[in-house]
This record gives sequence, C-alpha cells and structure tokens, in this order.
Amino acid sequence: TLRLICTTTAVQRKNVGASGPEKYTEAFIKKQIEEFNLGKRHLANMMGEDPETFTQEDIDRAIAYLFPSGLFDKQARPVMKHPTEIFPEQRKIQWGEDGRPFHFLFYTGKQSYYSLMHETYEKLLNVQKHQDQLIAQDLPLQKEKRNLAGSRWLTKIELEEMLLEKVSDDDYSRFIQLLQKLVALPCADIEEKYIQKFCKEVPAQLKTVVIEPLQYDERGVAFSTGEGKRKTASATAVVYDNGTGKITVNGTDILHYFPVLQDREQLLFPFQFLGRIGKHDMVCTVSGGGRSAQAGAIRLASAKALRSFVTEKEVEFMRQAGLLTVDPRVKERKKPGQEGPRRKFTWKKR
Amino acid sequence: QLDRGCALHTAARDGLSSVSSQDVPAQRPRAVFHTSESDPAKHTEQHEGRLYNIPLEEVKAVFPHGLPHRFQQQIRTFNEARVMVRKPALELLACLKGSNLAHPAVRYVIYGERGTGKTMTLCHVVHYCSRQGWLVLHIPDAHLWVKNCKELLQSSYKKDRLDQPLQASVWLKNFKSSNERFLQEIKTQKKYMWGKQECTEEGRPLGEVVEQGLARVRSASDAVGVVLREIKQQSHRGSFRLLVAVDGVNALWGRTTLRKEDKSPVSPEELTLVHNLRKMVKNDWSGGAIVTTLSQTGSLFKPSSAYTPQELLGKEGFDALDPFVPIPVPNYSPREFESCYGYYLERKWLQHEKAHTEDGKAELQFLSGSNPRQLDRLAGPL
Repeated sequence: TLRLICTTTAVQRKNVGASGPEKYTEAFIKKQIEEFNLGKRHLANMMGEDPETFTQEDIDRAIAYLFPSGLFDKQARPVMKHPTEIFPEQRKIQWGEDGRPFHFLFYTGKQSYYSLMHETYEKLLNVQKHQDQLIAQDLPLQKEKRNLAGSRWLTKIELEEMLLEKVSDDDYSRFIQLLQKLVALPCADIEEKYIQKFCKEVPAQLKTVVIEPLQYDERGVAFSTGEGKRKTASATAVVYDNGTGKITVNGTDILHYFPVLQDREQLLFPFQFLGRIGKHDMVCTVSGGGRSAQAGAIRLASAKALRSFVTEKEVEFMRQAGLLTVDPRVKERKKPGQEGPRRKFTWKKR
Repeated sequence: QLDRGCALHTAARDGLSSVSSQDVPAQRPRAVFHTSESDPAKHTEQHEGRLYNIPLEEVKAVFPHGLPHRFQQQIRTFNEARVMVRKPALELLACLKGSNLAHPAVRYVIYGERGTGKTMTLCHVVHYCSRQGWLVLHIPDAHLWVKNCKELLQSSYKKDRLDQPLQASVWLKNFKSSNERFLQEIKTQKKYMWGKQECTEEGRPLGEVVEQGLARVRSASDAVGVVLREIKQQSHRGSFRLLVAVDGVNALWGRTTLRKEDKSPVSPEELTLVHNLRKMVKNDWSGGAIVTTLSQTGSLFKPSSAYTPQELLGKEGFDALDPFVPIPVPNYSPREFESCYGYYLERKWLQHEKAHTEDGKAELQFLSGSNPRQLDRLAGPL
C-alpha cells in the first residue's frame, strides 16, 4: 500500500488542505522497478521462455493467458507494466533544504510555463537580431517555408504532460500565438530544432492507404484483389481486365445468386460510377451475413480492387462517394427492460 | 390431299406472296431490329436476332391459348405481336423441315433456365406449323391440369380414373377455334357412346365430338381422349401432318397437388387428360413431330434451380421421353439484347432519360444478366 510520505527534511508543506495527488519518493519508485524486473524474470521462467529476451509484448500475452478476463474495458483488465508507465510522472520537490526554491520563477506559481515563454521569446529576439544583421549586410532573406500542412502544434494536454503542471486555456493559446509569430518570421530556420519540439506530424488521410499495383496472371490478363466486410459478411473479389462484364459469385452467376434486383444494383454501383460496366470480369467468394450484407461486402471488395485500375483522382472520387468506406453499422444490442434495442415494452396504464 | 400452302386467313395469304427475304434498307434505323419476313418458313440465320411481326388476326387464330401472359399484355400495349427469331427456334425449324414423315415422330425437348424464352420458341414453331398447314395440338401448360383443379369427377369410362371437366372443356374450346377446318375433314372411325343415350356414329366429322364435349361437360375429358386417339390413328395416313406441342411436359410425370375425397394423393396416371396426353407424347405414331418444353415455374415440388431434363422430368419421365432431341435455350446474346433494347426504345417503352444512353444500355444488360424475362420486368417501370 502507498502511504503519504513526507520529505525527510523538516519543511512543512505550503498548502495542507489540498495535498494533490499522492507523491511517490524516488526510493519507492526504484523499489517498484526492481520488483517489476524480478517479476518479469519469474514470469519468463513460468512461461518457459528466456528471461533475458522477454519483451513487454510477451509479458502482456502471458498475463492475458494467466489471468483471462471478460471485462470489456481494456484498461480494467490485469496489467503488468514498467512502473514509469503506471505511476504518473510527478514533480519532485522544488526547493532545497534551506527552503530556497531552485528555479528563479518559482514564486510565479507556474514556473515551467513562464520559463518556457521566456525561452521562446528569447529565441524570437534572436531571430529578429539575425534578420537585422542580414538586412544590414544586404543579403537576401531565406524564405524556405516549413511544411505546415503535415504538422500540428502540441495539444494542451500534451503540453501539460511536457511541463508537468497545469496549463490554462488562456496560457496555452498565448503560447501557441507566440510560436506562430516565431515561425512567421523569415529567418526562423535557425531555431528549427527548438520549434520541432512543439510540432507533431499529422499523417494525411490518403497517404496511409497504399494502392497495390496490378498483378498479371498466366494468360497475361491484369487482375487485382480486394476484400470487403459488411455486418458479419466478408467477401473477397478478384477483378480481371479485358472482360465482358460477367460476374461469378461462389461459383454461380449473379442472376442466380442474387435474384433480387436491389442486390444486383449494389454490385453494379462501383462499375457504373467509374463507367466500366462491360469492361471487367469478376470472380468473388463471400460468406456470412445475409443477402443484403453479402451484396454490400462484395461491393466494397470490388471497389477496393478497382482502385488499382484507376487514376488517383478517381480513387479520391470513389472515396468521397463512399464506395471505399467500411459500413460501421452492426446490429445493436438488446437492452434489458426493453423488447429490442430501441423498442420498449407496451406501456400499460394499469 | 389437303391444300397445304393454303393459309388460314386472307391476311396471311397476302403476307406469303409479297415479302422478300432481304430487308429493305430503310432510312430509319428501325430495319436493323425488324424483319419484314413474317413467314417463319423463310426465317434463316440472316434473320437471327431480329423481330418479326405476326398480324393480329393470325394471333387470335393460331394462339387462342398459347402465349405467355406477359407477352399478351405486351401485344395489347404495342398493338402488334413481335417475336424474336432466335437460334434454338431456327434449329428446330430446320429439323422439322428436314424430317421424314414416314418415320416415327421425333421428340424435341426445349429446356433452359427460367425466363430464357422456351415458351416463345414453342410459339414460334407452332406459328410455323400452322402456316404450313399442319394440325396443331397445342397444350398451353400441362401444369394447369395437375394442380388447382376444383372439380374432379370419377370417369365413366374407366372406374379408377378421374376426370377434369373444366380444364377439358376450356381446352376443347380453344382447340376448336384454332383448327376449325381439320375438324370438318377428319372423320371418326369408331362408334363412341357418351353415357346411355348419346352416341357418335362412325364417319362423322370430329367437330361433332368436340361439340359433344362442349355441350356435355361431364364427358369433356372423354371427348378429349377420343379426339386425341382419332388424330393419332389417322396421322400416319398422310392426309395431314400433326404437331403435338406441349408446354410444361414435366407435369405429366411429376406429382399432383390434387387429392381424392379420402385425402389420398392423386398420381398423374389417374387423370384421364394426363393419361391420354402421355399416349400422344409416346412416339409410336408417324406423320408429324412432338415439340415439348420443360418448365420449372409451374412445376410442383421441384427446386427452383433445376432446369435440365433429368432433374425436371424425373426418372419416369426421362425414360418415357427417351430418345429425344434436346434443345437448350440460352439467355440473349449481345446481338439479340441489342435488338430487344432497340425495339423497346423505338416503341417508346423506355421513358427514362438515362435509358437512352449507352451507359443505360450497359446498366440494363448488367442488371438483367441478358435474361429476357428480367429485361422485360426491368424495362417495365422505366
């Protein structure tokens, strides 16, 4: 159990009322780390693995095996991680034995925030001085724009984590404004490294999706595969080039597999959208789900397969048309006290 | 000798003489899909995929009861009857033209998936035969005789058989209207007793038997049996040629949904009509041909994916019909699809703007899978 441990010196804490979150001493943390490593080795022994090369993933798997839990919330399940991840990082005591604080801005209350602002402003002045120098020497100013599209500033929460103290909304916005002002100056490249600390890469949506190139089978015909899911039905589609528009599902023609017009229209949609109705042949396999779900799954699979045949712009059009999005709708759970997911029991007055 | 080339009606006579087998190149694109050749005898591969016109009076005479329901609606809407010339029909016609009438009658079984045009092929052949002057025995749907029968009478002729007066009288009426002149010329060869008082003497025209059947509904099924027997016996003499056209022949050997009064199921042999029809379909007579269609739509107790002769006829039926010439009927070929689409466009049946474009055509082809029935149903709401 954790006990509130006061410091070894005889200094009283300033605010006795709100003691804040429990403070862990360094010795305590060290002891936890030792225990963790020992436990790791014991666990490796138990599982029959090599204690030296027992990684965190192996630990997670072993714990999941030894303590199976049916809880839905992943964070509520038993976990064994390094103490630095479990115990939140905390500020150590900021003043020395004589009561004198270490930092010169301690008495502002938000010392790390103000020190950060101070540093940033110092960099700003630096850049302006450099700029003046260049102007005095009549040298051209460098104008290399940073790529702002792919990056974003730190969020307030991330800033709080970095500074280990609370940051209010106002303070956060002032900090961001200062950073933007710094970046706007033409010679900001000097302080690039400092600014990098406060940027994060945002991967653009499309860049994470890789479009596979076309494959060629024995006859020399180009083909590509795609997979799709919809509400328990999963389908794989192979789309061949130079075709007549024939489609085979699980070995049978679509007229026989989907007697309903609506399902066939769903299959038709990707080809019609790209205007390639009679140009491709398709062979697909589908399982699970019902009639409509299978049709939706094949539609998604064929759209994904068609991406390889088509220009990037058309891929973007398809994405905006919703042909490439997985339909997240699934059957909603029935709740107790109700007849269905939404329907309540018949209300009787008496 | 009966006058063979003699057409049934005056309108048809004009049609025979004046037509040329080549299409007149018209300014409108209409000619691409249509052929002015309305005699099936002159249809060749050139005409494949094209639609030919049957004058409405002929339709009423030749097909009092043969055409599919949707096609009849289409005739009424468009005010003309256009039938597409397709390869299976051409094959059949070639076989018929080359068949030797001294040999026993050859049996042809038209089979195919649902909605591919088997009944229409049969009607095409029936039209050809009636133009040529054959006696056409056309049973529109044998399934009607094995299900949904309201009245079942015990036969007076044989004790264990059951009669169906309603169906028999309906069929006799239609038969009479389509084959008037034959009924006057064919004479009975035996004396038949209807009940206690009425009888038909030897040598009377068959028309009288038919009248008897229509007048006395109780004995209609027996009248049908008599007609069939007479025709069969006299066909090999050569005075006329006989075509037996049965649609849904798999009904003759399947099960029925009918029950006797003691709730025991009726098997097809116990029905007089079915029994006589089976005798007709057996190839122990000569001087004509037997053309039949398999149909899954009306069939009882058969899965909907069955369409081959083996599955639909069952072992009994297959043995009874063996040997036969199978004629498969596929979905529309691209050319046939184009001509059907062009016909709908030209008659302004497709009203949707997109239907006139190339994309619309590709869409229709995809969605219907080139199946004639699907295309017809799709084009309806458009």
